[in-house]
Amino acid sequence: MVGSGHGGFAVASAVRERDPLVEVVLIGREAELPYQRPPLSKAFLAADEPNADELHFRPQNYYDEHRIGLWLNARVEKVEPHHGEVLLAGGKRVPYDSLVLATGARPRRLPCVPAGLGGVHELGTKADAVRLRSDLGEGRRVVIVGAGFIGLEVASAARAAGADVTVVEAAPRVMSRVVSPTTSEFFEKSHRSAAVNLITGVVVSEVLTSGDHVTGVLLSDGRSLPADVLIIGIGVQPRDELARAAGLRVEDGVVVDKHLSTSDPNIFAVGDCARFPMRSDLLVRLESVQNATDQARFVADRLAGSSEHYEQVPWFWSSQAGHKLQIAGLPTAPHDRTVQRGRLEDGRFSVFFFDGDLLVACESVNAPADHVVARRLIQSGTALDSERVSDTTAPVRALLN
Amino acid sequence: MPKLTYVSADGDAEVVDAPSGTSVMMAALSNSVDGILAECGGQAMCATCHVYVTDEWRARLPEMAEDEDMMLDEAHSERLPQSRLSCQIPVTEDLDGLVVELPPTQA
Repeated sequence: MVGSGHGGFAVASAVRERDPLVEVVLIGREAELPYQRPPLSKAFLAADEPNADELHFRPQNYYDEHRIGLWLNARVEKVEPHHGEVLLAGGKRVPYDSLVLATGARPRRLPCVPAGLGGVHELGTKADAVRLRSDLGEGRRVVIVGAGFIGLEVASAARAAGADVTVVEAAPRVMSRVVSPTTSEFFEKSHRSAAVNLITGVVVSEVLTSGDHVTGVLLSDGRSLPADVLIIGIGVQPRDELARAAGLRVEDGVVVDKHLSTSDPNIFAVGDCARFPMRSDLLVRLESVQNATDQARFVADRLAGSSEHYEQVPWFWSSQAGHKLQIAGLPTAPHDRTVQRGRLEDGRFSVFFFDGDLLVACESVNAPADHVVARRLIQSGTALDSERVSDTTAPVRALLN
Repeated sequence: MPKLTYVSADGDAEVVDAPSGTSVMMAALSNSVDGILAECGGQAMCATCHVYVTDEWRARLPEMAEDEDMMLDEAHSERLPQSRLSCQIPVTEDLDGLVVELPPTQA
């Protein structure tokens, strides 16, 4: 396994669970034991005294007891498929029979931000979160660029820490790449009620500095905002350079087939770095824990002899401004209409996405029952009368019958 | 420090010391107890930290919230009246001696 995030860790432990004898090596760039990423933009930032060890998937002795070779602080320079070897920085060669790329993704940089500028943050690793956490606090003026999951989760955490928070989003609405206008509207109101200054439809055109520290940003509409802290949350790019250099097929991510094999049959890719066929007509790359761990288990099954196709309903979650957003399926998948269940005013609703009479996705806000029912309906692929979805006089479970 | 016992589906028991304030899920992970995956990290989003709690202990646990209740329906192993998500059970001094049984599979 190259990469010790959710995907790499999950492959290693699932392979060991299925085969007590095979040699398992997990190679990670970071010095840290493999850890959970979702809390980094949520509870970890907001907690008074976060327990950093609680982020670890497992303590060191787990790897020892399960004979998982854990090579941390190790950088893979090159994958050589013809020799069946990876080359580490420092010159060590590691032979493999099967290789799993779980290299993840890195935060996108904003071109107008000078490199090394003080007060500027991104959020990809635990080290980033520790650094950001120490820079938040009562009265700090925080500008966040990007109103996606990360930007908005961090906005909530920064508000909880007493900071003065502005979020700048280029699109006309928040989370526009991933959720419906209805859900965007709900969260825009929620963040504004929590005193987050939300500015949409503008971009940062210049970063203002004094010495080597950020002092503010200039926006495309001419406004300027003062800032002690500037957080860039404008999405991620897959770490696919190793695959590309190895001659594997790469298109904004390592391209894999329905078995999660790359263009080399001995090399698999999972998680944020992998572009896979969700359906025969839909090639996607997903950034989520569920995707990383389900794909990891699938590859472990495959290495143990399974010949199934990868087929899982994706799901996502976010917590912002005290609300829980859960998504089943892909709201960006082709659909011809949406049906709402529940009311925004009640702070509890879902948006169901239909393609004909098939449910393809569902966004739920503070409505876990809707989410679970939707997961099942999408998985089973049974036809559904969309009229029944909006009828809240019947429990949502009735949709399963 | 409260002691918790995890009994695997094969019947092997493992006793761990769990500080108050952690969760029954976290205590398992940080003590290398197998049989709990906890993929979502404790958000009641995934049902891979499913445990069975005996009737006697169950009455002493905090009541189940709606998200836990719903997610348990998604558990890979059979949901029983004894089922809980271990991430939703905070460890307190009162839980000293708690015994939880682990299902045969989590995913």
